[in-house]
Amino acid sequence: MTRRFDDDETVPRGTSRREALTCMAWAGTGLLWSLTGGVPLAGMIGRAEAATAATGFTFAQFSDSHLGFNKDPNMDPVATLREAIADLAKLSSKPAFIIHTGDISHLSKPVEFDTAAELMKETGLPVFYVPGEHDVLTDEGVSYRERFAPNSKGDGWFSFDHDGVHFVGLVNVQNLKAGGLGNLGNEQLVWLADDLRPLKDSTPIVVFAHIPLWTVYAEWGWGTDDGANALALLARFGSVTVLNGHIHQIMQKVEGKVAFHTARSTAFPQPTPGSAPSAGPMKVPAGDLKNWLGTTDVTFVRGIERLAIVDHTLA
Amino acid sequence: MTKFVPDRARRGLLPAVLALSLLFADRAVAAEGAHDHMMMETAQAGVPVAANAVKIDNFSFAPAAIIVAVGTTVTWTNEDDIPHTVTQEDKKFKSPPLDTDDHWSFTFTEPGEYHYFCSLHSKMVGMVVVKP
Repeated sequence: MTRRFDDDETVPRGTSRREALTCMAWAGTGLLWSLTGGVPLAGMIGRAEAATAATGFTFAQFSDSHLGFNKDPNMDPVATLREAIADLAKLSSKPAFIIHTGDISHLSKPVEFDTAAELMKETGLPVFYVPGEHDVLTDEGVSYRERFAPNSKGDGWFSFDHDGVHFVGLVNVQNLKAGGLGNLGNEQLVWLADDLRPLKDSTPIVVFAHIPLWTVYAEWGWGTDDGANALALLARFGSVTVLNGHIHQIMQKVEGKVAFHTARSTAFPQPTPGSAPSAGPMKVPAGDLKNWLGTTDVTFVRGIERLAIVDHTLA
Repeated sequence: MTKFVPDRARRGLLPAVLALSLLFADRAVAAEGAHDHMMMETAQAGVPVAANAVKIDNFSFAPAAIIVAVGTTVTWTNEDDIPHTVTQEDKKFKSPPLDTDDHWSFTFTEPGEYHYFCSLHSKMVGMVVVKP
């Protein structure tokens, strides 16, 4: 299903369409990204097309594993994470690495972290993590960073380059203010400015963080208060891709040269904005979770304003 | 960022509520259960209600604003299917993560207005007014 909503709070420039196409998918698995001739494409892991799309390099996005969650609609998020990993292994073109956009754990418990680390290790791929708010529930995120981001700066932010693409992992789940949204903070923004400064405008940029950097739905906290400051720093670049999690559903829009995309969870879906009293786990009929895996392909073409979204009902 | 300040309290209704709550202070717990629905509506309107128990459900604190006497122990119970915390804005108190059915208590020994929120879901805000 698709729906539309308007949101221009984080538009870095005023020239873009005042419209965003959003696409809902109820449950998910890992998301595979491929950069082919400078054109990023996304497809759900488990679909044959995703495995054959890449002639450049690919990477996968995992998000919101929530290991430790054990309620309706998913009593065993370990099993669904395993399925996502198994699907990843079937790909004919091996991804170069995985990014995990947070909420690895449900309660920041050591056993949750350890289980996730072991499972992700089975992929045999490098994994780059940014934390979700569920990963920094205790000790201000120290134990998270020790395990998952030992070489990061500050609360866990970092950058790296791969095959001409500059990747930036940001943290927007720390030091949240009452009544506010996600928060990057001044220290991280200063670091980001310094990090981007040496790059040419033509360098493709991929930014990933847990909470959407754009305001998806403020009433549920689905946005980042100072996300617009980060986007302003990115405005000079010809191609910017922003990958987030947190909302457990696919949602995307393109504003000028910036493409935004949120990934699905491997644990449980959440309701579409405003469609339920709150953003808690969305109950789905028993046995249906897996039927909804791989129901959406996303074609994400740099330079073309509108994202191409194709929903596939596998049931 | 946005500070939660109950408008009506600022406009001078607080003294009236204080007086009322003094009348019903000893019945606060019973009232919380018996008139849960009514009290939730009142709290959402921003007027503190006398209670020493706060329920967390549907990503909200209910009652969202309560008023207690100094020395009162307030208990929060998470009835939601997602974890939450009870975190004072200046971190004067912060609960551990409360999973479903977990509860946490804090004893207020100083008068004042204590604004708190859920550090996971910062849109969730509440207030405890502690009267002398």
